[in-house]
Amino acid sequence: MKQIDARGLSCPQPVIMARKGMADMSGGKLEVLVDSVTSRDNVMRAARLEGCETEVSAKGDEFSVIISKK
Amino acid sequence: MKAGFFATRWGIVAVGLFIGVAAALLQYLGNPPNMGVCVACMERDIAGALGLHRAAVVQYLRPEIMGFVIGALIAALIFKEYRARSGSAPIVRFCLGMFAMIGALVFLGCPWRALLRLAGGDWNALVGIAGLTVGIGVGVLFLKGGYNLGRTYKAKPFAGLIMPLIMVALFAMLMAKPLFGRAKQVVDGVETIIITGPVFFSAEGPGAMAAPVAVSLLVAIAIGFLAQRSRFCTMGAVRDVILTRDFHLVSGIVALVVAAFAVNLVVKQFHPGWEGQPIAHANHLWNFMGMALSGLAFSLAGGCPGRQLILSGEGDGDAAVFVLGMIVGAGFAHNFTMASSPAGPALFGPAAVVIGIVFCLIVGFSMREKFA
Repeated sequence: MKQIDARGLSCPQPVIMARKGMADMSGGKLEVLVDSVTSRDNVMRAARLEGCETEVSAKGDEFSVIISKK
Repeated sequence: MKAGFFATRWGIVAVGLFIGVAAALLQYLGNPPNMGVCVACMERDIAGALGLHRAAVVQYLRPEIMGFVIGALIAALIFKEYRARSGSAPIVRFCLGMFAMIGALVFLGCPWRALLRLAGGDWNALVGIAGLTVGIGVGVLFLKGGYNLGRTYKAKPFAGLIMPLIMVALFAMLMAKPLFGRAKQVVDGVETIIITGPVFFSAEGPGAMAAPVAVSLLVAIAIGFLAQRSRFCTMGAVRDVILTRDFHLVSGIVALVVAAFAVNLVVKQFHPGWEGQPIAHANHLWNFMGMALSGLAFSLAGGCPGRQLILSGEGDGDAAVFVLGMIVGAGFAHNFTMASSPAGPALFGPAAVVIGIVFCLIVGFSMREKFA
């Protein structure tokens, strides 16, 4: 699974990186690492706008957003 | 109310409605016209109160600014989102804050006030909002080209409390009204020392117009709390529409305008027109250019002035540096004859806007970083 490390980056950077990641793959899963709730929510909203599904897990202060593209 | 509510469309709309109603009512209760809340104007008044500029009509320790930061801190602590962090190009952010303020004071208002001016019938706001949109649009081009100020890093918790503590100190000075200045005065050859400000408080003009302190503070704490929960941001609203066709945040600012307009109609604060609007001028070119500079600076720094205050309350040291840059920028704007007045742009305002735009363009072209 491809991974994007957007930790420490403020929005919209994580969203731009996630969108690019989604655009670059034809299907499957993509993991985006973020370290703020704002970035987590924004990445999830961006994924939903693209018609993808998201799954979140927290790792301490950090979040992993897994985006599934069909 | 669930925490998740504010992440929804209705959540951001509710926050916009609250800010719009609150701002219009703060005007009704004494704040300057179309300035129920204005982060730029209010930080400028704080700069004046502290003696960073000596424009006697705009000096007041505005409790709204303190409330925004404290409200955001409270929300961040309750919902466990407080996170001290810093280290993303602070000097660049400081200068972006300075130029954002200089641009805002050429237009006479931050984006929040631009919306409130529109809701009050000041059509010059439309020119400012057009400039703001163009400035943000240029910022989006840089973002698409890889512009980035770099990562922030986790800091010790106390680092994030410094901005809220500064706000507490300002509030203490608002309550105690101390006089720190000592000036020599010679009358008939006799030298005396007179006790004077700072802290300065305007005796007349916009700086002397204010809603009761307790009302301003409590309303601002509520706004700070809600804005932290909802990530309300005027710059982000326009940016997200241009960048990703995401209309989430923009629905909040539309709600703000509608709510403020409705309250203005009820309490007879709606006065449509171009000329003679309160604390505004009708020079279209520099209304547009001033806000274009601000919009570009906000988008390069990642948030409008209100959002920067909220972020500084939840531990973001870089946003705090941007806020300090804005306050210092207000000092320069008035001391260097760059801030507009109702008569129009000041002598050096246009030149300052051009210098600011050049600075922002250099930042936009030079600050790039590739991330894997």
